[in-house]
Amino acid sequence: MKKFLALALSAILALSLTACGGSSSEVVNVYNWGEYIDADLLKQFEDETGIRVVYTTFETNEGLYSRMKTESYDVVIPSDYMIARMIEEGMLQPINFDNIPNYALIDSKYTGLEFDPEQAYSVPYTWGAVGIVYNAREVDEADLGSWDILWNEKYAGQTAMFDNSRDALGVALKLLGYSQNTTNKDELRAAADKIMEGKDNFQGFWMDQILEKLPNEEILIAPYYNGDAVTMMEDNPDLSFYIPREGTNVFVDAMCIPSNAKNVENAEKFINFMCSTEAAAANAEYIGYSSPQREVYEQLEEEIRNDPIHYPTEETVAQGETFLNLPEDINEYYNELWTEILR
Amino acid sequence: MKKYLAYPYGVWMAVFIVAPILLVVFYAFTGKSGALTLDNFTNMAAYASIFGRSFLLAFIATVVCLLLGYPLAYIMSRQPPRWQSFYMMLIMLPMWMNFLLRTYAWMSILENNGFINQFLQNIGFIDLLNSVLQPETPIRYLPLINTGGAVVLGMVYNFLPFMVLPIYNVLIKIDVKIIEAAQDLGAPSQAVFRKVIFPLSMPGVISGITMVFVPAVSTFVISKTLGGGKEMLIGDLIDLQFMGNAYNPQLGSAIALVMMALVFLCMLVMNRFDDGSGEEGGLLL
Repeated sequence: MKKFLALALSAILALSLTACGGSSSEVVNVYNWGEYIDADLLKQFEDETGIRVVYTTFETNEGLYSRMKTESYDVVIPSDYMIARMIEEGMLQPINFDNIPNYALIDSKYTGLEFDPEQAYSVPYTWGAVGIVYNAREVDEADLGSWDILWNEKYAGQTAMFDNSRDALGVALKLLGYSQNTTNKDELRAAADKIMEGKDNFQGFWMDQILEKLPNEEILIAPYYNGDAVTMMEDNPDLSFYIPREGTNVFVDAMCIPSNAKNVENAEKFINFMCSTEAAAANAEYIGYSSPQREVYEQLEEEIRNDPIHYPTEETVAQGETFLNLPEDINEYYNELWTEILR
Repeated sequence: MKKYLAYPYGVWMAVFIVAPILLVVFYAFTGKSGALTLDNFTNMAAYASIFGRSFLLAFIATVVCLLLGYPLAYIMSRQPPRWQSFYMMLIMLPMWMNFLLRTYAWMSILENNGFINQFLQNIGFIDLLNSVLQPETPIRYLPLINTGGAVVLGMVYNFLPFMVLPIYNVLIKIDVKIIEAAQDLGAPSQAVFRKVIFPLSMPGVISGITMVFVPAVSTFVISKTLGGGKEMLIGDLIDLQFMGNAYNPQLGSAIALVMMALVFLCMLVMNRFDDGSGEEGGLLL
């Protein structure tokens, strides 16, 4: 009897390992950035379609990439350069746009971009630009305008830097006048040296923590994404945002279907839902990022539409760069430099 | 017959402990193409400063935990049983909260505009410092967060119960008669502690040190939240191999393997101090 019990317990344990999420009812597995959706929309989608949304979040494109190596998702939302890398490595499947009629509402400005030139694998979700968020009450107006404010010794210990190599080195590359997609190791070396030079000036290297430290005035100046700048400015009205004159990184995040997706039809329904004017408008309003959806943009109040923080200007976009996928050896060099910076 | 009840744990161990370790070893010795290679280990010297920093901070945290934890466990074990369980609950209570939450709480305590600095400002301590020291630019706060000290504090706070519990477990099991015998033979209380109680509690001390040192040396959450993320610990370095620009689980596994070997060495040295006489209660390795 005891032997049987032990066997049964072992079997249950073994089964429970494989049985997670194995129910047969309709589901869609969505994997998105943290704080990057109006959660009410998930409920609304479930009510409308009867499809259950299994929603999980990631922190970085690279984190998403490594998770996708071992897990199966139905909808993922990577950024431009990561989409290019995933396409190259066959990790995404072509999307059947016949099943996504709302795709017609996406502004053609944001389609056919370099990372997916034939627009076969991705449906734009949001777009935006990186800039400097600063505390206008404490920071001298004369010091604004460039990326070099992060290195300004007047604000020693009051600035911060991105805690991921691509964004951080991107800032330094732009400041030095190089391309953010450079594959020249000397230029990358110079950018890394620049960051090391600023280490004493930065209070820390952070990502999401910046969303608390700037509004709480733990730091005065940090580089961040415009959509989050909007959110932070709501928390603390003293905060402001500018795009540095050297140019910046313009990004597009898009919805994709991984090649190992199990519920492709549901994924299409979900993407179509998120592209509908109603959902896209609610979402843009909630997360503060710029929407690539035409009707959403047209519906907006003039004030928001012409606000360069909500919707970066055409000049910013023209002067800016979109991250491209880098060759393997350069990706490794990024890691090497990053380790050296934080050693 | 009771041993059959251990089967589920056997399955658990095989799936979640043995298999992953084998995978780590396998990955560590393969290249990106899948061929066997030692390349992953050739650059290990470049990370010496990261290894050094991690081991130093974890060592300091372990020593502080021991200095705080031993007296606490000793005093606890000398209380009436009812109070003992009360104290035990006080020690366990913070652990009912999520590890991340507790660490975030320390962040808002230590920040430049955090609880401690606001308190010091309100009682006029910062002004006092300024008037006494007359610095060039008046200070507005004490730099507490984003320092090595804050990281050690986070480790001590989070891992202290792992030091107290094993030591306490051993101490309450020491036969009172042995202590009485020592006293009857005329040993002063200091000698009783030094020659009888402390040696008998060594298994607890060693498992306490193991249980604090190992998680402390491999942590990365604490260094990221309280240390400012300016200088990596081993945990961050391994994390970077999986979450960084170059997805390189092979190198990550190699670093993890080297760390495991170093930790194992430390524990081996530690166990030398244990003469093996007190088997009871200790959770060796």
